[in-house]
Amino acid sequence: MPIQVRIPTPLRKLTGGAESVSASGATIAALVQDLESHHPGLKERICDDNGKVRRFVNVYVNGDDIRFLDNLQTAVKEGDEVSIVPAIAGGAR
Amino acid sequence: MAEEAREFTSRADAHRERLRNETVAVVGVGALGCAAAEALAAAGVGRLVLFDPDVVELSNLHRQLLHRTADLARAKVESAATKLVARHPATVVEARRERVTTINADALLRNVHCIVDATDGFEAKFLLNDAAVRLRIALVHAGVLRFLGQVMTIIPGESACYRCLFGAPPAAGDVPSCQEAGVLGSLAGTIGLLQAAEAIRYLTGSDSLLTNRLLTYDALAGRWRHVRLHRNPACPACA
Repeated sequence: MPIQVRIPTPLRKLTGGAESVSASGATIAALVQDLESHHPGLKERICDDNGKVRRFVNVYVNGDDIRFLDNLQTAVKEGDEVSIVPAIAGGAR
Repeated sequence: MAEEAREFTSRADAHRERLRNETVAVVGVGALGCAAAEALAAAGVGRLVLFDPDVVELSNLHRQLLHRTADLARAKVESAATKLVARHPATVVEARRERVTTINADALLRNVHCIVDATDGFEAKFLLNDAAVRLRIALVHAGVLRFLGQVMTIIPGESACYRCLFGAPPAAGDVPSCQEAGVLGSLAGTIGLLQAAEAIRYLTGSDSLLTNRLLTYDALAGRWRHVRLHRNPACPACA
């Protein structure tokens, strides 16, 4: 049950440069675990030591923030598009 | 076609008239700020207030288009103000060589109509968001890093703020700044111009701003995307 996950440019070194990767799982939590098994290091960039999504990273399912759905327990299915959006701070200097 | 052109021209004139009475603060006069300030002055914004404590460095020049080699070691706000005034004499440009901080933000920004966040660093972005929410002034936020750009407009009390989107800044060192990790100059320029377009749209009464959505531009894949944002009922800044 592959689901496309959009990888933001700062995390692409963990996916061999891929902008989008396939992963499987019935929930975001399972999807993140599956991502980690194929792209070690990704989970740590998305989740903190307690397993929660980091406060400066957001995960979206079809454009909706999982914090306003069921967080990591948000259900996903084939055809959904999952995006990871990190806070970035650059601009001036 | 001629009629369309006339309509465009007459709308542009009306907008220019409105913009003449507006003041925009551009916080940070680096890559985003140079692009935004130039476009805002060109559009006819009456007064720009530029804030930046830094001086022009050689490594800035590839992306900070108002600064020249001859400006090295000069205050960025002065370098930028000189070019802006020379090109757009109808715009009053106030150059303030200082850092906006939690202590001075309210006093410095109280009298502007819109704030353009062109800073480099999470601390500044969160403090500008909090100040804009407190003062109820529209804020056009942007961030850029390497090949990724993000833009959103915050109308305090109406749309999601930056803290609704990201609760807290990452720990120092977790996410690099532009100065540390670099940024594609043309990406930063693109995003800075978008910020100016947002500020202009806000000041001229557009009802289709980048509110409650974050626009992201992936310059490596050449892809624009939106994600929907919601006000966080538990937001530490705006709830």
